[in-house]
Amino acid sequence: MIFALADFDVIKPDFGLLFWTVVVFLLFWLLIGKFAFKPIAEALRKRETDIQDALDAADRAKAEMANLQAENDRLLAEAREEKVKILKEAKDTSTRMVNEAKDKAKEEAGKILEGARLEITNQKNAAMQEVQNEVGLMALQIAEKVLKKELAGSPEQQQYVNKLVDDIRLN
Amino acid sequence: MAQHDHTDHGDGQDHSGHDHPHVVDHGEGGHHQLGCGLHGHHGGDFDPGATAFHHIADANIYSVGPFGIPLPCIVYAPGEGWDFFMSSKFHYDAHGTGTHAYNGYVLDGGSIKRVDDDNFPDGLVEGVEIGHDSEGHSAMCYQDKLYPLESKSTADFGLFGGGITGFYDFSITKNVVSMLAVFLIMFFVFRAVASRYKSNPDRAPSGLQGFLEPIFVFIQDEVAKPFLGEHYLKFIPFLMSLFFFILGLNLWGQIPFLGGSNVTGNLAFTAVLAIFAFIVVNINGNKHYWEHVFWMPGVPAWVKVILTPVEALGLFIKPITLALRLFANITAGHMVIIIFVSFIFIFGKSGTVPAGAYGSSIPTVLLTMFMMAIELLVAFIQAFVFTILTTSYLGAAIEDDHAHEGAH
Repeated sequence: MIFALADFDVIKPDFGLLFWTVVVFLLFWLLIGKFAFKPIAEALRKRETDIQDALDAADRAKAEMANLQAENDRLLAEAREEKVKILKEAKDTSTRMVNEAKDKAKEEAGKILEGARLEITNQKNAAMQEVQNEVGLMALQIAEKVLKKELAGSPEQQQYVNKLVDDIRLN
Repeated sequence: MAQHDHTDHGDGQDHSGHDHPHVVDHGEGGHHQLGCGLHGHHGGDFDPGATAFHHIADANIYSVGPFGIPLPCIVYAPGEGWDFFMSSKFHYDAHGTGTHAYNGYVLDGGSIKRVDDDNFPDGLVEGVEIGHDSEGHSAMCYQDKLYPLESKSTADFGLFGGGITGFYDFSITKNVVSMLAVFLIMFFVFRAVASRYKSNPDRAPSGLQGFLEPIFVFIQDEVAKPFLGEHYLKFIPFLMSLFFFILGLNLWGQIPFLGGSNVTGNLAFTAVLAIFAFIVVNINGNKHYWEHVFWMPGVPAWVKVILTPVEALGLFIKPITLALRLFANITAGHMVIIIFVSFIFIFGKSGTVPAGAYGSSIPTVLLTMFMMAIELLVAFIQAFVFTILTTSYLGAAIEDDHAHEGAH
């Protein structure tokens, strides 16, 4: 056997490789560990906290938004109610005003009609009186002329005619 | 000379670098004969296991495609002091075996060995032949004289066939270059990403940042946070360093034609990371943790006598399994790929049966592609497993009484 186990060199730790491994690993640990691994791990942790904070803030903002939304809805509903109330009031007022105006107008119109009717009656009566007087006078003149011609004007007859005329008017 | 020994080394695309023609010139099936009765390492029948061992090993050369780039050598021999030179001094061939010796050091199959003979001259010595003797030991022939060679010292205390020898190799090897390359790439990539987080903190990630952030966040959220809770940020640099260093090197080793360095499949590398994990875990262990290790509350005294040694042993078994798991997984992956590629050489009988080589190349390529896809997955899984287990040990060490009671 040329190569016995004696030539399985990798299982025999030689001092040079032990020494250099210590040196290089210490370099690796101190330099890369300190100047790269540690800052990276810290940056990752910071990022993790930042993300968590951002998520928490978003949750809080969401809750706040929900609150605001509810408040808005409430306000809106209130406003709507108010509007309905105001509209109703306005309608009532206007209806009342219209009715009042109508009543007043009706009353006024009634008064005017009444006045007109009174006036008409008065005018009619006055006109009737005048017509009566005129007719009486005309009848008297006619009768006077007739009687002048016939009786030559007797006062007893004049009285009698007047009495007749009165009777007519009374009728 | 030792130029007829190219019947070896199926060049797994993952561990390539020897794109020289595989000259078929072996004698009667025997090893190539060198001077002084030495045998060449690479003679005789093709040996896929040996090929795999060679390719997964660390080396003092960085092979990129057909080029063997020389690397700086730093060696120390007690009593003789330090030596600094480039591995090009050895005049190595495609297998990383040199024909020159320098200050008593030679290059054998990519790794430095030392001539175990004080009489061998210092300085540059040309014309050495390196092979193995009849017992399989590395040896060198120079001017018809046989010199034994010794390997570098290893920290396995003889457990795996190594041990303390006459010299120590602190060279910038292929694995060290790979580690430095991955370190630099990761440094610039993550600096760029980190500066984007700084300059654009409130923007969505884009580009490189967008590619790396999910991986980073995955380790952070699925590994660090569940085990460490609010303490996670303190340990992020360590855990991310473990994960991205292992992942980077796992992937680096899988880039075809880039040396295929097997850093995470080397016990030295995984052991160092496991030791760091052990230290970080136990330094941060609180009173509660140590109480559980040495005097488990809530169990009868005689059970404590049994539990305490088990728990104490467990302190060490945890990092050992961490190191072995990563090492074994990555090494196995590299070896399987090399051995699949070796089928071409096995069926082609090292080139003597072209029909066998051509015929086997199609299923071999398909199998290798399949394995590489699996290895890509393994690269992520093993980096993840190492990190999550370390984090779970750490989590057990730092958890307070309250959390523990809740867990029961």
